[in-house]
Amino acid sequence: MTMTSTATADIVARCQSLFDDLNFAYAREWKAATPGRKVIGYLPFYVPRELIHAAGALPLGVLGGGDQLEVIHGDAYYQSYICRIPRSTVELGVTGRLDFVDGMLFPSICDVIRNLSGMWKIMFPKVKSRYFDVPQNYRDEVGGTFYINELGELRQMLAEISGREVGDDAIRASIALYNENRRLVREVYAFRAKQPWKAPSAEVYLVMRAGMILAVEEHNRLLRDYLAAAAAEDRPRRDNSRVVITGAFCEQPPLSLIKSIELAGCYIVDDDFMLVNRWEHSDVPVEGDPIQNLALAYLHNSGDTSAKYEPDQKKKGLYLVEAVKRSGAEGVIFAAPSFCDPALLERPMLQEVLAAHGIPYIAFKYAENSGQMQPIREQAGTFADSIKLWSEQ
Amino acid sequence: MSAMPASETVKELSMLKQKEMIAGNYEMLATAKEAGRKVVSTFVPGNLNELMMCFDMVNNLPEINAIQNAMRKKSGGYIMEAEKRGHSEDVCTYVKADLGMLAKGNLGPDGRPLPDPDLLLLSYTGCFTFMKWFELLRQQYKCETAMLHVPYEGDGHASKNMRDYVVKQLKEEVIPKLERVSGIKFDIDRLRQYLKESAKAEEDFVWVLESAKHKPSPIDAYFGGVYYIGPIFTAFRGTADATEYYRLLRQEIEQRVAQKLGPVTPDGEIHQERYRLVVEGPPNWTSFRDFWKMFYDEGAIVVASSYTKVGGVYDLGFRHDPEHPLESLAEYCLGCYTNRNLPSRIDLLEKYIRDYEADGLLINSIKSCNSFSAGQLLVLREIERRTGKPAAFIETDLCDPRYFSPANIKTRLESYLQMIEQKRHGAAPSVAAE
Repeated sequence: MTMTSTATADIVARCQSLFDDLNFAYAREWKAATPGRKVIGYLPFYVPRELIHAAGALPLGVLGGGDQLEVIHGDAYYQSYICRIPRSTVELGVTGRLDFVDGMLFPSICDVIRNLSGMWKIMFPKVKSRYFDVPQNYRDEVGGTFYINELGELRQMLAEISGREVGDDAIRASIALYNENRRLVREVYAFRAKQPWKAPSAEVYLVMRAGMILAVEEHNRLLRDYLAAAAAEDRPRRDNSRVVITGAFCEQPPLSLIKSIELAGCYIVDDDFMLVNRWEHSDVPVEGDPIQNLALAYLHNSGDTSAKYEPDQKKKGLYLVEAVKRSGAEGVIFAAPSFCDPALLERPMLQEVLAAHGIPYIAFKYAENSGQMQPIREQAGTFADSIKLWSEQ
Repeated sequence: MSAMPASETVKELSMLKQKEMIAGNYEMLATAKEAGRKVVSTFVPGNLNELMMCFDMVNNLPEINAIQNAMRKKSGGYIMEAEKRGHSEDVCTYVKADLGMLAKGNLGPDGRPLPDPDLLLLSYTGCFTFMKWFELLRQQYKCETAMLHVPYEGDGHASKNMRDYVVKQLKEEVIPKLERVSGIKFDIDRLRQYLKESAKAEEDFVWVLESAKHKPSPIDAYFGGVYYIGPIFTAFRGTADATEYYRLLRQEIEQRVAQKLGPVTPDGEIHQERYRLVVEGPPNWTSFRDFWKMFYDEGAIVVASSYTKVGGVYDLGFRHDPEHPLESLAEYCLGCYTNRNLPSRIDLLEKYIRDYEADGLLINSIKSCNSFSAGQLLVLREIERRTGKPAAFIETDLCDPRYFSPANIKTRLESYLQMIEQKRHGAAPSVAAE
């Protein structure tokens, strides 16, 4: 079947409406459709969504309030020098927008999100919440054993919330579905890296962002449809530079920022916006002990980011160099949220590695509610021009 | 009677002892290479001093260097140097003070060059920044790094899984690296001996902290407290020197209690205790004395503080246990203040307000320390709700002099103390002094 441009526009329009809806109507409807269904919220950068799915619950990515949420209550909980995502998340909570959420997971990404896990326990005592720790030691018998037990505790918590046992077979089936999801996500990224003019980054962003709310089965269908529709659609190819965006793995940039970068002459050919979508590099084995499989995949077959310790100095930052090579990028844009410890502390180390590999870069900061895009456009435009000039010499 | 301290400088024996100990450690650092000793850099929370002593390694603490440099007014220049080299203005100033010092020749607080570490022992306890800090240092020094990942007590307690994980890392990651770098084989009986010594010092240390329950309090448990924690939080826990220091300190405080004397300040003794406060958060180091003076000029005594628990919450009963050496080290690392979840931290502050009969809570919110600061406005609300005592909020930084605004802080402190007065006279404060 040949897809039309309308198909692409329709898919993206649906994703846009999911993105715009800060009352999470889709998740509310999903929950209401069958009595007993539960919804589990999670923050960046990673949680094993397979376990949530296997518990019969909907994993819901909570990525802050973006630039459309007026934060009134949330600001009263945070000093001016703390990033935006916790305050807009608190805003979502205290305004009742998350009142259908039965459990919340706070991954070990930084001290702000870590402390938010305790705040949630106090502010929303009826919601089961958990700080979700992952190992920083990658030896099977050390970090692996710790993580297997942590996953066991999470499994128990999810069973208590859902009121049913989370069995091995259910987890295996969920792993298979998420394997498919990650394969499709990788395909979309590969497609965009190859033909970025056919998959504008704002579109890809929305398609990925839909995966934060849609049931995985539905997201898989959507990804397949998007790939077919985008491939079928003719779009003009521009003489843009190709860049990787890094540092935006937690608090998300406004959509207008992503559009601005592209309008300024940069095709985004890789990014770290939603790492959970593509955390494992290849399929998690479906056969055998599913908890052990998830643990080993985390230890040995998962992404790199600032929240993860790199034991080998020689390998530090190479993940970014590899992303540049894999996607055929010509430069890197460090786009970090203001006051983001993980992104901003990592940045000088990554920049040193890029410099050693002769990869050009620029850096700026944003907030999820940044409104002024002109400076970003100018900076990205100048960067795109300099890449073109430099590469033609 | 004025709350102002008498203008006299008192040098107690314990102060002289600590000064000697710190100078001794910097001397060991300065001469480590020529003496053939290996150097290990590590952090205060979750520090494994007794374990490092088993390998005859000299302990260098980047946080302490940053504090020392801040108190000597050197940190501002170092921070700007680090920012010039690409480090963000948004991140921890301990890190930037340390990296700036390194960039400027790595002269220690005593003016002599600090040796390059042979090992970076990353006790990843209660602070995300620690991990990045040591990765940044490793990029400079290219030396061996041992990572000890201490899981966060997200549910308010240490589970068996967490303890087992830490012990396993000690056995399979940390100790083998210490052995390899030092060339000394691990002797668990030696560790037991040091832990036994630690427990003795910890008993006296807790007695000193709890002496603030007396009225008047013989100590200031924040501004004075940062001196009292010195030996036990840094390179001396487990040494006979630390035991001796806390014995001397306890004796001195016992005398003060018997004579009903108030705390000693840089300007002498406080004669009238007018306010008893609990303080949450680290102090500002760049204007430490000015900051303290604002309190003692008003007769405001800090009777308990959370900062004096970052290197161990001993007053809740924990002691290093020579019978279970590695398990005890794990328990210690897990229980440090900033590794406890926010509800546990609030419980502890509430307990302090009640046990020490404090007038309220003052939060010193540190710009560059999210581990402490994120969530403190909820802490403030909860403490007010639970205790009915007024709470207040001031903002400074660890060692960036650009973030210390004396007039602003003084005004807020004075308003807060007025609020306490009002409360004493029956008028309920309507809002916190935010």
